[in-house]
Amino acid sequence: MNVTATLIGQMIVFSILIWFIKGVLWEPMLKVLEDRKARIADGLAAAEKGKHEEELARQKALDELKKAKAEAAEIVAQAQKRAAEIVDEAKNAAVEEAGRVKVAAQADIEQEVSRARESLRSQVSALAIAGAEKILGREVDAKAHAKALDELAAQI
Amino acid sequence: MSESNAPAISKPVEYIQHHLTNWSVGVEHGEAVKIVDFNVFHVDVFLFSALLAGLFAFFAWKVGKNLNPDAPTGAQNVVETLVEFVNQQVKDIFPNADRLVGPLALTIFVWVLLMNSMDFLPVDLLPALAGGIASLFGADPHHVYLKVVPTTNLDTTFGLALSVFALILYYNIKSKGAVGYFTSFFFHPFSAENVVVKIILAPINFVMTLIEEVAKPISLGLRLFGNMFAGELLFLLIALLAFSVWAMPAQVALGSLWALFHLLVVPLQAFIFMLLTIVYLGLASQGGEHH
Repeated sequence: MNVTATLIGQMIVFSILIWFIKGVLWEPMLKVLEDRKARIADGLAAAEKGKHEEELARQKALDELKKAKAEAAEIVAQAQKRAAEIVDEAKNAAVEEAGRVKVAAQADIEQEVSRARESLRSQVSALAIAGAEKILGREVDAKAHAKALDELAAQI
Repeated sequence: MSESNAPAISKPVEYIQHHLTNWSVGVEHGEAVKIVDFNVFHVDVFLFSALLAGLFAFFAWKVGKNLNPDAPTGAQNVVETLVEFVNQQVKDIFPNADRLVGPLALTIFVWVLLMNSMDFLPVDLLPALAGGIASLFGADPHHVYLKVVPTTNLDTTFGLALSVFALILYYNIKSKGAVGYFTSFFFHPFSAENVVVKIILAPINFVMTLIEEVAKPISLGLRLFGNMFAGELLFLLIALLAFSVWAMPAQVALGSLWALFHLLVVPLQAFIFMLLTIVYLGLASQGGEHH
């Protein structure tokens, strides 16, 4: 129970021990602990960011899908419209063609009719004379009745 | 062994005195050491505390060298827990502490804990061993003294307390300046608005603050010393029960009980010393406000 020179020795040992522990254990270990804390925080932040980005990407994918669907629908609608137009055009063309064919046929018919009339006209006087000779029992001079025959032919 | 047991049975006072005497140089056998005598050196106190300091330093070096940042195992886990515990205490009590306070607190806690733990060794084990070894070299075992618990010696506890006191002074001067620290003695703990009252209070304040400051290292040193010395003394008294075979069960029972209780005291005293050190240093570095 006394204070001796050991006191000085103990203080020196104490100081050296503090200095040694500080350099060898405390500083490196605190650095490790702080680094680990920082790394864990970084990791959590990265995970959070990743989750956020995934959410964004999914949202983007959904948007793209929606846009693609809308585009497809638009394309289909346009195609349908175009098809209707083509059908209409074809119909119109057909009607036009039919009209043209009809007109041509009518012209042909008219031509045939007039041709038949012409040929009839050229033969009508001969027929009329032949008919009259049969009725009268004698010969009829075509020249004497040329005027009446022409009038008859013109009536055809 | 019967030789070393003999004093315990026949001369209890001599047995206890033998155990309470240090292995010293600078003092003649049988001569009482004065309360303060810097010609004396206690070899056992220094040897055991230095050995334990070396043990701690070696362990710290071993762990510090093999730090695994990502997958701590075994010893590193234990030390990490300890370091974080001490660091948390420092952060709570002394928030703007510099990088010295943490290692200081850890060193105090572990070193004092190790030195206190020497109390758990049977009281006769190392002294009897030392006596046996000394008698091999022809020395009288009764003149071989060995105290194995360094904290039952004032040199150790005051070595720590005075080092802490030096740091208290350093932090006070660092935060308040030498003049500011000195003048703070006159305005604390009693303060007054009136100048005359202030002058009257100044000497009272000076004495009070001086006592308050000096009490810090003394209470630190005496608290640890008193607790450990009393613990050691009780172990010695319990060991005296070996006077007869019939008292042996009582010795075993009491020794176990006291050891169990001491399991509480040993870390508690180390913790208190560490905590008070942080508190004192925290108080010392609080800014230069005058009361």
